[in-house]
Formats: sequence, structure tokens, C-alpha cells
Amino acid sequence: MTARRTPSYGPEIDRAKPISFTFDGEEVAAFVGDTVASAILANGIEAPFRSPVLGRPRGVFSAGVEEPNGFVEISEPWFEPIVAATMVDVVEGMVVGSRPGVGRLRGDAPRGRRVEHRNAHVELLVVGSGHDGFYPARDAAARGERVMLVEQHRTIERGAGGDFRAEGVTYLTRATALGLYDDGYVTVFEHADELDRLWHIRADRVILATGAFERSIAFADNDRPGVMLSYASSRYLEHGVLVGSRTVVFTARGGAYATASNLVANGGEVPAIADVSGTESDLGDAKDAEVLRGWVASGTEGDRWLEAVHLEGPGGARRTIECDSLLVSGGWDPNLALWRAIGGGLRFDDEVHAFVPTDGPPWLSVVGSAAGEVPNDAPYWFVPSEDYSRHFVDFQRDQTIADIADTVDAGLRSVEHVKRATYIGTAIDQGRTSGVITAEVVNALLGESPGWQGPSNARPPAVPVPFATLAGPFRGDLFDPVRTTPMHPWHIERGAAFENVGQWKRPWFFPRDGEPMERAVERECLAVRTAVGSMDASTLGKIEVVGADAPAFLDRMYTNRMSNLAVGSIRYGLMLGLDGMVLDDGVAMRLADDRYLVTTTTGGAATVLDRFEEWLQTEWPDLRVYCTSVTEQWAVVAINGPRAREVVSATGTDVDLSREAFPFMTFHDGNVAGVPARLARVSFSGELAYELHVPAWHGLEIWEAVMAAGTPFGIEPYGTEAMHVLRAEKGYVIVGQDTDGSVTPHDLGMDWIVNLSKGDFVGRRSLRRSDVVRPDRKQLIGLFPEDTHALLPEGAQLVLEDTGRMPMPLAGHVTSSYRSPALGRTFALAMLAGGHELHGRTVYAPLPEGTVTCTVTSPVPYDPDGARRDG
Amino acid sequence: MLRVPCPWCGPREEIEFRYGGQAGIAYPTDPDALSDEAWADFLFLRDNPKGAFAERWYHAAGCRRWFDTVRDTATYAFEPSPSPDEGNP
Repeated sequence: MTARRTPSYGPEIDRAKPISFTFDGEEVAAFVGDTVASAILANGIEAPFRSPVLGRPRGVFSAGVEEPNGFVEISEPWFEPIVAATMVDVVEGMVVGSRPGVGRLRGDAPRGRRVEHRNAHVELLVVGSGHDGFYPARDAAARGERVMLVEQHRTIERGAGGDFRAEGVTYLTRATALGLYDDGYVTVFEHADELDRLWHIRADRVILATGAFERSIAFADNDRPGVMLSYASSRYLEHGVLVGSRTVVFTARGGAYATASNLVANGGEVPAIADVSGTESDLGDAKDAEVLRGWVASGTEGDRWLEAVHLEGPGGARRTIECDSLLVSGGWDPNLALWRAIGGGLRFDDEVHAFVPTDGPPWLSVVGSAAGEVPNDAPYWFVPSEDYSRHFVDFQRDQTIADIADTVDAGLRSVEHVKRATYIGTAIDQGRTSGVITAEVVNALLGESPGWQGPSNARPPAVPVPFATLAGPFRGDLFDPVRTTPMHPWHIERGAAFENVGQWKRPWFFPRDGEPMERAVERECLAVRTAVGSMDASTLGKIEVVGADAPAFLDRMYTNRMSNLAVGSIRYGLMLGLDGMVLDDGVAMRLADDRYLVTTTTGGAATVLDRFEEWLQTEWPDLRVYCTSVTEQWAVVAINGPRAREVVSATGTDVDLSREAFPFMTFHDGNVAGVPARLARVSFSGELAYELHVPAWHGLEIWEAVMAAGTPFGIEPYGTEAMHVLRAEKGYVIVGQDTDGSVTPHDLGMDWIVNLSKGDFVGRRSLRRSDVVRPDRKQLIGLFPEDTHALLPEGAQLVLEDTGRMPMPLAGHVTSSYRSPALGRTFALAMLAGGHELHGRTVYAPLPEGTVTCTVTSPVPYDPDGARRDG
Repeated sequence: MLRVPCPWCGPREEIEFRYGGQAGIAYPTDPDALSDEAWADFLFLRDNPKGAFAERWYHAAGCRRWFDTVRDTATYAFEPSPSPDEGNP
């Protein structure tokens, strides 16, 4: 015999509603209200589980979240890879299986449950629906506070007067607090009928009424199916299940007598109670039980289910009693996993022989049995023995007292070390039934008194939670915002390949007829060098800097002078960190005496604006300057190439495009294709170029107008890859690609942009730090591989002497590397120690596939005299 | 995740803020007059006390204002922020 249904008792289940489910391929009868564990017990399934490491037969050991044996995989009606059978409510047609061995996640992608996230703000959050949480919840709600209460089971706990349910309290059932975080932030995993829900709750106060876990006792073969925590037998009676026909109780607390009485009242038999508590307790209905004072369980018998228990008494007396159920109770341990994970303290209380909470954060309190109100009668954790090799402590990890003793013999003293050596407490059950026992075994092995050190710390999540639930809706398109320009539909239509630049989608290249990237980029580059190309530059960061002190402010932010820039003119600028390292670059256009438009790198826009505002607010509040991000207000078309002037002209504009009227680094406001526009002569390719800025809502229209007007001139759209090649041919750096936060203007050969006579600017003082003026710093150079087809990988390391033996002293690294259609060869930009002085020298890039020999050159391999920029 | 007391917006989630390090480190009036050592001290070296620490926060995803506050580095508890009119701690 094993377990069976009670004749009638069982308020948790509805016997009028029979259902069935499948466990390991067998159909199992259940009732609405059963958990998978209660149904497995009720059907007398022997050895439903196997221990993961040793493969020992195991049964249901508990009735709650601390379950160390009964883990199942759910495959219908939803998929959940691993969950405690004690926490799953059976539904009709459910398919579950045990998880033998160390488990393996299914390779396919089964259907998960629907998931949502919700936020809540409350004055009070109570964890646990027992009477200890009920009163503060009720009182707070009566005061008009927002109160939430989280209960891990399906139903609110019941007292003599009915449910502990208070008016005005929001209840979350089948919900587990996963973790407490600073300032009353709590995550809760709610397993609702229709979906899984992750709650993010901010509570002014949190009360933990998390109760206590019954303590197991370690003895030989204590893991046999049929051995169970004593409270669980009462819990299963609620589900109409009698856990055994003939039950022996082994207890260190008098309270377990009531459990025995319950079993007898529901048709069970209790022949004996082995009691090490030293208390006198009322047997109630279990009056036929023989009370064996000072006796302990010293072993069990049985094949796939418990058949007998060996008892040992004072003076070496021995008895063996046949039984199919053995209930164990070492007492109660406050459930303080959440408390400890947020840094709450523990102390050992000699009155209750348990670890109880001490100091914690001010917004957090613990009540009831979690606070240490536990009726323990004796400090008892394990049965002394000669042989500890089958005294199981952590069932999930198959670890025994002998295993702990090995680690202590090896010199470990801290439970945190023992935990990591044995893996005790690291399984899915988080060692809820093993943590305190492990600590006390270690204390005893070290000859210390009980409570000398407590259990290892706990960390969130308190129960296993699917990654899909944590991800919630934030996947796919919602994982991260995607920013697109007004011209995006055209790029899609044209079949552009995109690259992510921050959150922006930028056209990378525009392949024609399935041509590979290399061909597309070559074609786009040649178009710009020989005819004309257009690029969507709308993602450029744009900030309007406005105010009477805007000129003085920009002088302090950029290395060069912006205050003497004429209205209508444009100047390139470099921005440094306080440490003198290049932070960002862009151009400033002076729109009016008190108004500039500055551009930033696509990725640096937010950083630069933040930085402007930081200096204005914290150091120079006297400056009258306002900064506004206008990145998304302007769409920008960059038209580059010898025929750019003709294209802009053909697009139709009232701006005089002549060389004389519209020189390089100036801009004009006017109309283009009937749209109000700003035309700027800036070039990131070295070719004659116009940047066409229009209000964003005209972006697509103006792009299409430029493409139509440019067709007779051979215009090609080009993407970021061609843009990178073109700028590198001119030695224009990309901040963040050629620089990495450790590069100064001098390192880049850009002393010309640093104005040391204009007064202080951010980073100025750092430019003469001893480390910054070292001559052997890495400096920007160009590289020509000897083999004109050899393409150096970006990031490749450079050495001055190729000794053929690792390691070699490293001299630099490649930052940009391309095939240049204009040069008819490959080339690279690199940072090389003392590189400014090494032009003409040979360096080597040792690579797994062979060393590439290169010549160091100036970083401006193409049109070094800038003859092409005016067309 | 902390609840950061913005003096203008009230307590808000930490993800709305950027941390600004130690408060009260003023930009030197004449950086040129400083030795390398003194400049490096300003640039790189900050206090790291256990306990009360005056620090800067930036409500980047809120009112976008910088403010100073005092936080206990051991308990993470903020001292009540002064109202915007009261100046910085």
C-alpha cells in the first residue's frame, strides 16, 4: 500500500469534477483542485521520481515550494521545462513527465505561455496570506492605503473564521515574490489561468509573512519514497489524500502529534511516534500510537516504496516497524530567503532553536513564524551514526552528511565554501530543506555549538521562472526601440541592406541584382568619385545651441574657436573629455549671432547633449544658453561627387550654387524642389558635396526629388560602408572607430584644430599631462599592404619586427580597413606607437593565415591636397 | 533598483537617472596653474567612504536637471533632498 484518497475529507478538491492527466505516459485520475503531487500520491504511484545524480527512487517529500524531489516537465497545455509538482494545479488533459537524470532542455522551441508584465505602486505589500499578514493588510486597507497581498498557493489561507480575506486588499494568488530589491521594489511571478504575469511592484512598506519551512532530519535512507515532511501529510488531507495507511512519525517537536491525530481521524493508522523532543503532547485521535521517547529513526527498508522503518532507542535498543509512510519533523525554520537576499541579518535563537531575523532595511518587516515565532522543542538536525554515507541532506544534489564531512576534512569551514564544494543548495529547490541542516552539520563537525554559523545566503529568483516571463513583451520589435529616417521606406523599396548604428537603422549598402556587398560598395564608391552619389545622413545628431552666451559656451566645449565663426559659415569641431581624449566631432553652423546648429556623430548625439547640459547646469549656470535636440526635426541628404552641383541645380533651387557665391564650409537657406531647405557645403568624402537639410516631413519627398534629378548624372544611393571607405581614403577619422577614448587630437595628427591661445576649453589642461605628451603614444597612420589585395582585419595587431615567434612586442592596431576602388588597392588606418615619425617604414600584421607586410603612409592616401572639394 | 529623490519630480525609478559621482568637485578656476599631480587629483581621484556620501545625480529621463544629494553607501538610503530653493548639501 501507499497513499490513497480519504473517504470524504478534502476541502481543496471538488470530487464532483473528476479530471485526468498524463504522467510519464500513464493516464492519472484527479479532481479539480489537485496538484500534480497530490494526484500522484492519491494514485499510489510508486517511485514517481529519480534523484538526478544517483538515480535513487524518490517520492513527493513536501507540499510546497521547498520540494526537493518532485520536479516535472509540462508539455501540455503549455510548455514549462521544470517545475515543482507540488506547485502545479492539474488541468484536464495536462501532460507532464518526471525529469530523470540531470535533465536536458528540449532542442525545439515549444509553445510557452502568454506573458505580460505589470507595474504597481502600493503603500503596503504583504507576502503570505496567513493570519500574520492578514491583520496588517486589513488595517492598512481600512486606512485607505493601497495594499497588495501575494500568496503562492491557489487559495488564500483559512482560519477558524474562514478565509483570511480583507476588504480593499488586492490579492495575487499562485503568485510568488521572486526577489526584494532596494527601496521596496519587489518582483512577483503570478501564474494566472490564462497567462504568466511578472509584476514590478514598488511598495512603501513590505511585510514578509512567509511562514516557516518544516525542517527535515538527516538519517540513513531518509530519501526513500514514503518518507515525507510531517506537515505535508496534513496539507494532502486538504486535497483528500491520506499519505499512508500505516504511518510512523519521527519528530523533534510535540506539534507533530496533532498531525498523527489528523491521519487517524481520516482513516489512517499510526502505530508509533519516535519522539526526541522531550515534551509531553496530546495524542488526540492517535491514542493507539506507541510513543517512543528518545527514539530515533536509524534507517528505512523498501524497494520502490517504504516498507519498514528501523528505530533506535536509549541504550542501543532497536525496533523495526512495518509501515508505508514515515513522517519527519525536525521543527520549523523561518522562511527568510527574501529577507536575506536583500541583506537582512540572521541570528540563532536558543529558545526556538532556529535562525531568526535581526536587522533589515527600514521599509521591510517580518511577522509571525517567519519572524521566529516557531514552536520548536529541541535543537535536532540529524541522527548520529557511524556511517553517514546515506544520510541525505540535499536530495536534489544527492549530497549526504558524509559528503559534507569530506569537505570539512579538506579544510573548509564556511558554509558558503561547503556549498560551492558540494553544490548543496544550488539546485532548483535552492536548498530550502537542506540549508539549515548543512549549517548545523558543519557546526557540529567543527565542534562548534548550534547556530555558530547560519545557512548560506539566498538569491533571487526565489522560484524557477521562465526566461520568457522575465523577457515578457520585450522581444522582437519591442526588444529595443528602432529609429528610422523619413527616407526609410525608399531604402526598403530599393532593397538596402541595413546596419544598426545605436538604435538607428541605416542603409549599409544598396545591392543591385543580388550583387555581393563588396561589389555594391565598389560601385557606390566609384559613383561618388566619378559622378555623384546620395546618402541619407538624417541620423546625424543635431543640436541647436541658442543664447547670448552660445559663442562663449561653444568656445569652451570645442578645441577650436567657434565664437568668431561668421553667420552663414560652418566649422568642423572636435570635442574632448576632461582627460583630453577625443569624445565626439561634428560641424557647427552659425545660424545667427546667438544661434548655432551643431552636428554630432550618430551614436554620440545623446551623450553630447547631456554633456552640454551638465556643464551649463553645474559649472556655468551664469551662461545664457539653451540646448535643444533637433536630430529628428531635420532630414538630411548628402549629395557627393563631381556632379553634385549639377544635381542640386537640376533638383531646382533659388540658391546661387556658383563657386564664388557659395564657397566650401558655408550654408544658405532657400528652397529646393519647392521645399524650404538649408544647403550646406560640407564634405565627408573629399568630393564636391552639398548637405541638404529639410524639415523631416519633407525628407522622403526631397530624397525622391534628388534621385530623380540625379538620374541623368548617374546618381547612385550609397550606404554607410561606402561612406566609410570614402572618408577613410581622405583620412577622416570616425570617432569611436578610429578612436577609443584613449586618443588625443595630437595622436590623430589634428593639432591644427586645437587652439591653445583662445582660453580654457574642456580637456585643454590634460593635453600637457606627462602621459599625453609621450612621443611613443599610438598615433594615426595609413597602411598600404604590400599585397594590394590583402585586406587587413580591423583590430589586427601590428609589430615592428616579425620574429615569427610569439609573443612579439605589439606596436599598434588596425582601426579601419577597406578596398579602395579609387586607389585600386586595399589600405587601412591604424594607430601605431610613435607613428607620426614612422611614415615609409615597414610594419607587420601577424595573422593566423600568414603575416601581412605593410608600408606606413600618411593617413590621407587620396587627394591629399584637397583639389577635388570644389568640383 | 533605487528610488532616487529628485528634488523637482519627487522619488523616481533609478533607471530614469544617470549617476554623476561625488558632489562638490568644482572645476578649477585656473587649470593651467595646477601641477600635473593636482590636475590628476581633480581628474581621477574621488572619495569612497562607507556611510554618508554627497553625490550628484542627473534626472536624464525626467526633468533633465542635475542635483546633489546625500546617500549612505552602506545602506543606500538617501537623506531627504533639499527643496530646489535650499541649495545643495
